[in-house]
Amino acid sequence: MAGDIHLFNRTASTTVNKGSNIMVKTHLEISDVSIEFPTPSGPFKALDGVDLKIKEGEFVSLIGHSGCGKSTVLNIVAGLYQATTGGVLLDGREVNTPGPERAVVFQNHSLLPWLSAYENVELAVKQVFKGKKSKAEIKEWIEHNLSLVHMDHAMHKRPDEISGGMKQRVGIARALAMEPKVLLMDEPFGALDALTRAHLQDSLMEIQNELNNTVIMITHDVDEAVLLSDRIVMMTNGPAATVGEILDIELARPRDRIALADDSQYNHYRHEVLRFLYEKQSKVEDIDQHRPKKVEAVEEEAPQKATA
Amino acid sequence: MSRMLQNISWLEPWMLLLKGENVSAQLATIFKGLAIPMAGILAFLFIWQGAANSIDTSLGQFPGPVQVYEQSFNLVKEHKRERQKEVEFYERQDERNAKKLAKNPDAKIKVRPYTGKPTFFDQIVTSLITVMSGFLVASVIAIPVGIMIGLNSGLYSALNPLIQLFKPVSPLAWLPLVTMVVSALYVSKDPMFAKSFVTSLITVSLCCLWPTMINTAVGVSAITQDLQNVSKVLRLNFFTHVTKIVLPSSIPMMFTGLRLSLGIAWMVLIAAEMLAQNPGLGKFVWDEFQNGSSNSLGRIMVAVLVIGVIGFMLDRVMLMLQKKVSWDKSAVLR
Repeated sequence: MAGDIHLFNRTASTTVNKGSNIMVKTHLEISDVSIEFPTPSGPFKALDGVDLKIKEGEFVSLIGHSGCGKSTVLNIVAGLYQATTGGVLLDGREVNTPGPERAVVFQNHSLLPWLSAYENVELAVKQVFKGKKSKAEIKEWIEHNLSLVHMDHAMHKRPDEISGGMKQRVGIARALAMEPKVLLMDEPFGALDALTRAHLQDSLMEIQNELNNTVIMITHDVDEAVLLSDRIVMMTNGPAATVGEILDIELARPRDRIALADDSQYNHYRHEVLRFLYEKQSKVEDIDQHRPKKVEAVEEEAPQKATA
Repeated sequence: MSRMLQNISWLEPWMLLLKGENVSAQLATIFKGLAIPMAGILAFLFIWQGAANSIDTSLGQFPGPVQVYEQSFNLVKEHKRERQKEVEFYERQDERNAKKLAKNPDAKIKVRPYTGKPTFFDQIVTSLITVMSGFLVASVIAIPVGIMIGLNSGLYSALNPLIQLFKPVSPLAWLPLVTMVVSALYVSKDPMFAKSFVTSLITVSLCCLWPTMINTAVGVSAITQDLQNVSKVLRLNFFTHVTKIVLPSSIPMMFTGLRLSLGIAWMVLIAAEMLAQNPGLGKFVWDEFQNGSSNSLGRIMVAVLVIGVIGFMLDRVMLMLQKKVSWDKSAVLR
């Protein structure tokens, strides 16, 4: 695996593939996923034929304009939404219910406000490792994960006693502690200020370097996508959104944001993404119309029962 | 120490005044917090006295603050007298029994309980026991049912019309039915509780079920989608879901309901006791009314004030409990 990455790095090609990619071993497969939500004016097709293959240890970002269905893709992988057609395969088995092997880091941390950071992680760990780890091992594992995200100094504080960035760190620790096969991150740093976001991105790269998780991350932030990802999946605008282009990011790891700021390769990737978002999938003409609003409303309010 | 004092907010300006910090500001705070409420109470007392003087009833003049004040001392005196009588009764009995034993060591000794009439303070205790029992029974039913209907919208739709139907029913309407049902079903030779107690308890429960039930249901159904998603991703089982997520997040609403319920329970209790003849404050008021002495109205007025004070204190106790169990210590509870 590691060898593969280095090989890619040396060649440092800048291929922009359309819709498909050459895979060594598929870990997670999103296969022809479409979803429709019922609305008073007939079914609304949010996603149409989303195809994506992700190999183990890969960090994939989903980027696109708001309302294009990025979160819907993630929710389908998480099992929180059911695809109308198509499905998700994890290690060759279909998944359509939520489960801890597909841990989610939610945008607004979603920690239980009545539990301390430790207890929040504990709830997840006990759920996953009950009977598999001894009490002492569970404690050690919780503390290990909290120290991974540099939260060991405040692990007995409750969410309302720590900052937004720290809450998100705990949210990540909770997800990591489940030892997920796929880590799903729904705009994990979207609600944070730029400096905190940069800190957390660095932490995430550090963790990723150590654990080599398979990650799907949703983001709005072009820099974040380029900095963190192995591949960037750019989605077309909805309705009936799908995968537009896929960009391989072949920058050497560990990546350093300051060094990369002047890196021509890095800037090239940024341009590719920006060009896709603002030229090919420009949303300007839609702003005055009703559709974007409707898309968002549907995405947010779509009930769990939207199964066909 | 200073932290403890901070919690007693009305003491704070006094402490600062003693320290000599910003004297005029402290005096203003004290004036606002103490003098203005006092002025309100004084004005009320004057109006009361004035109004009382011009109301003549068949039981004499309506009692003003002064008469009520006197009657409250009478009630304390009566209580002491009754306790004294009780002590003397047991002393006499012990003496008699001792004599009996001295004559015949094998004699069977009977200890008879004192059966004097309950005093005002005994009646307060009875009322408190009854209201707390009724409230507990109601809570034990209302909280689980509230959680169930909050979690299940179908169940909510099924129960909601019934809740809305029974919620506004007066305790006085329930009481005859409850009395008959209790007399029919609660038959035992050696009953653990008096029938009047059971009747009052059930009436209180029936009337104070609803706020807790509705508020718990609302609290439970208002759990954010995010936390529900967390629960789904973790695959929490029903029990863990309820104890770790549903209960804590609905505690604020639940307590709002519990406080409303306890308030209603206390109000209902007085009416229930009047009619069920449960030896509590309601019966006290009723007996004084039937008694019709020149002191009766004053004594009833004492009961009215005591009922008010106890109702207020019950609410404060619930508030303290709420602050204790509430996870959100920053929330302003009042």
